Amino acid sequence: MRYLPLTDAEREEMLKDIGISSVLELFSDIPQVDSKPIELPVPKNEVEVERKLTALAGKNISAAKIPSFLGAGAYRHHIPALVDYMIERGEFLTSYTPYQPEVSQGTLQILFEFQTQVARLFGLDVANASLYDGASAAFEAAAMAERVTGRKKIIVSGGVHPQVADTVKSCLQFNGTDCVVLPPDAENTEAIEPVGDEACVIVQYPSFFGHVNDYSALAEACHAKGALLVVVVMEPLALGILKSPGDMGADIAVGEGMGLASHLNFGGPGLGLFATRKELVRNMPGRLVGETKDADGKRGFVLTMATREQHIRREKATSNICTNAGLMAVAFSMHLAMLGEKGFTKLAESNHARTSRLASEVAKIPGVTVLNKTFFNELTLKLDRSAAALVEKMAGHKMLGGVPVSRFYPDKEDLLLVARTETNNTEEALHLQEELKK
Amino acid sequence: MSEKRFTKEHEWVELDGNTAVIGITDHAQEQLGDVVFVELPALSAVVEKDKQMAVVESVKAASEVYAPLSGTVIELNAALSASPELVNSAPEGEGWFVKITPSNPDEFASLMTKEEYDTFVKESH
Amino acid sequence: MIAEEPLLFEIGSDDKTAVDFPPQPDAEECLGSCRRTKKIGLPGLSEPEAMRHYTRLSQMNISVDSAFYPLGSCTMKYNPRLNEKMAALSGFSEIHPFQPQNTVQGALEAIYILNELLAELTGMKAVAFSPAAGAHGELCGMMTIRAALTHRGDAREVVLVPESAHGTNPATAAMCGYRIETIPVNAEGLVDIAALQKRLVHGEKNVAAFMLTNPNTCGLFERDILKMADMVHEAGAFFYMDGANFNAIMGHVKPADLGVDAMHINVHKTFSTPHGGGGPGAGPVVFNAELAPFMPLPWVEKDGDTYRLIEANDGSVHSFGRMRAFNGQFAVLIRALAYILAMGLPGLRQAAEDAVLNANYVRVKLQDILHLPYPGTCMHEVLFDDSSLEGTGVTTLDIAKNLIDAGFHPMTIYFPLIVHGAMLIEPTETESKRTLDEFVAAVRSIVAKAKEGKAEELTAAPVNAFRRRLDETTAARNPVLVYKDETQ
Repeated sequence: MRYLPLTDAEREEMLKDIGISSVLELFSDIPQVDSKPIELPVPKNEVEVERKLTALAGKNISAAKIPSFLGAGAYRHHIPALVDYMIERGEFLTSYTPYQPEVSQGTLQILFEFQTQVARLFGLDVANASLYDGASAAFEAAAMAERVTGRKKIIVSGGVHPQVADTVKSCLQFNGTDCVVLPPDAENTEAIEPVGDEACVIVQYPSFFGHVNDYSALAEACHAKGALLVVVVMEPLALGILKSPGDMGADIAVGEGMGLASHLNFGGPGLGLFATRKELVRNMPGRLVGETKDADGKRGFVLTMATREQHIRREKATSNICTNAGLMAVAFSMHLAMLGEKGFTKLAESNHARTSRLASEVAKIPGVTVLNKTFFNELTLKLDRSAAALVEKMAGHKMLGGVPVSRFYPDKEDLLLVARTETNNTEEALHLQEELKK
Repeated sequence: MSEKRFTKEHEWVELDGNTAVIGITDHAQEQLGDVVFVELPALSAVVEKDKQMAVVESVKAASEVYAPLSGTVIELNAALSASPELVNSAPEGEGWFVKITPSNPDEFASLMTKEEYDTFVKESH
Repeated sequence: MIAEEPLLFEIGSDDKTAVDFPPQPDAEECLGSCRRTKKIGLPGLSEPEAMRHYTRLSQMNISVDSAFYPLGSCTMKYNPRLNEKMAALSGFSEIHPFQPQNTVQGALEAIYILNELLAELTGMKAVAFSPAAGAHGELCGMMTIRAALTHRGDAREVVLVPESAHGTNPATAAMCGYRIETIPVNAEGLVDIAALQKRLVHGEKNVAAFMLTNPNTCGLFERDILKMADMVHEAGAFFYMDGANFNAIMGHVKPADLGVDAMHINVHKTFSTPHGGGGPGAGPVVFNAELAPFMPLPWVEKDGDTYRLIEANDGSVHSFGRMRAFNGQFAVLIRALAYILAMGLPGLRQAAEDAVLNANYVRVKLQDILHLPYPGTCMHEVLFDDSSLEGTGVTTLDIAKNLIDAGFHPMTIYFPLIVHGAMLIEPTETESKRTLDEFVAAVRSIVAKAKEGKAEELTAAPVNAFRRRLDETTAARNPVLVYKDETQ
């Protein structure tokens, strides 16, 4: 087997050194049980594995091959070739959590840079070194709000991605939380008034339906009632032209960094972003990298404040998370460094401008209404027919034309989410407009 | 006239009139190593004898500190937030944790005297 | 020689970018009152500068590619590059989670095949493929168990965890609202079965589950597992196995045959997907028939020749809900699939055997100079402590730091917590005998120096790494978690 270096002769020699005649003697503590033998396909060499998996990949329609206007929390962006190359370098790919800082300064320094970038982007003081994905980060934020406030009620806005809302509600259901998920807010009419028993209110910015709301007043209302405001950002690129959650008064901001770190990969691995105010840092979940000095006085970085974590605090830890999304965080940080302030802002402006032009064009199409007065790069279109059927039809015409809202809310049959990023040129936009007219 | 007593969990308490000052012993700080953070109860919190009152953290461990007496917290050692190392350098002085008003002064008598505590530490190691 | 590399914030600038943009026609802004007016503070680099910055940083890392990395409990095996190539295929990497299902049949089929393989290897009925890592898988398992108990109207509130368990086990059970009770470990390093029995048979009937890592964190197989399973089931509880160490037994025994009701698999340990400096991994969970109906969404069903992604609860299932958005760690799962297809059953069995052989080889080569808290054979990892160095002034930490100078990544140190001065060495099956011999020689040389009284030299290590020992106390006392521009 090509991945196993030991030769039979070496195995024999090693067994002799151990003082046994068969390796199976080392397995003798495993009880013998009558069982149907395990059946797996026969081992395959590289050619055969490639043939099998290339065939499977070939059955999918790749968004690299046909226009895609899919969003709904997962936005396709161009990832610079350097990022793709760099995260395949063995030094980043095949190392692990930097428990031994002297030989992990590369990963540690990038994670420190990542924490700084995320904190600045969200307008908050501190960010952690990543969680699994945006949805699990929202759950962690809610759990943290419960620890901070000592309360057990969570309000989730109807503008929050339904799978994020489901994650929060599902993961809190067994700890005595009263999690109220408000009805889907496609028309952006929701008004939340905390009454004083909430640990936090969770909103999404821009919302699942694409609306851009200023949550400053909600933040004040939350704080007046002793609750935290948690802002979920599924498209962090929006913060290139939108004011930050921190500037609106958010206590915790979480996000999904996948689209800026990597290809969409059918939705995973994700990248959970998590930032908060410095007063709350000891309640934060996840790993943190901090700056320090070595024995010679040189600057270096280490994992720090580990007493919050499971390997030390066990059942009293702030979270059970261990392995996080390290390499995705590294990729995200690299992409942001390559963009810089100038590039990040331009990219955000470009996404918005393209979507704005698309909005004015599709608004002219009979039977199509744009529900958004405000948006970043995603629109909710109200159609005069079934959005799901239209999407199926468009797929037949080599066009991934949007995500039907009925996929999440079955009774919302006529709503279609359409996202336009820098990957969609004018020709693709015209193609989409033609499809919407048919 | 104040008097100092000790617990098996290595807390000390010094009772002076109606005020009890609480901290961890020199032996405890030695076992913990460099203290990096102390989590104190809230001001006016009601603490109960032998129940968790604070947490003291080193780089790779977090240890619970139990209330040696029941009572109400009336003062926190604010210096610990900026200088947790006081717990190492002066555990039974500037490194004190909280002051409380005991609700049941009788509890004090059940605690170990200095001699008893020293013997206890010697015998358990 | 590794060059020093400043922080991005010290070398980048606001007006620099490595990405070019075409001219942009004007369009109306529709941002309401939310237009950003403040700068973000994101310094940029040109492409050549970015390449140098990250290449230099990469050179400060030790990795499996560059060095022996016997980090116990983490299974740092070789990561085949074929896996990377397969995951990068455009038909896998460039698909969106919400494409119409008829445009992602190959992806659904890949998940389905992997699930079948995992079910076959573990003897289980169903696979929840969405958890993102081992601890996420544990949470998946605990919530599924809680949902099953709730469904039968059984409000049990306690989870039993051996004291040797990974910290994730009690942390997970606590997140799920359970109270944790710890079961002691006996002098052999195994679960104290009498204590377990006492708790389950004579204690309050409120135990929801027993979580067991097997092989355990001391590198030993819990040989009384069948008895434990019986006791757990008789008490009306579920038996959860932490599959973090499944690598040692894969292909040799099916956990279902050992009485296990649910188990997560760390594909980044067992099935060779890369650890990525801390993730992403994946933690699919296998369930028996009793628990399967309660597992989280989404899952994949086969209907004739069509694969269907079940993403929403239409009321026909008892799923407890969802643990994340989208469809799990898909790209990680593709890597695991490529690995299992490459290995087949003979390859997986041989991998487990070689992993166990390598650990025992290291054991016999070091047991005369380092103390084994639990003597005898081990499974895939061998646990030593530093008691043989008592009085030398040299500790486990010093051995680890001297291994760095010798060109190795250290073993896991000070875990499991039940052994004072623990050193947990997991060579994995992808290391050659030559590497093991070099490692053994390095450890022997360090221990010899310690016994010769060279503590001063040893406690100064590392001296050959990019950094000397770092001051973790100051880092924790005065946390500096983000870059602060002193000039601003």
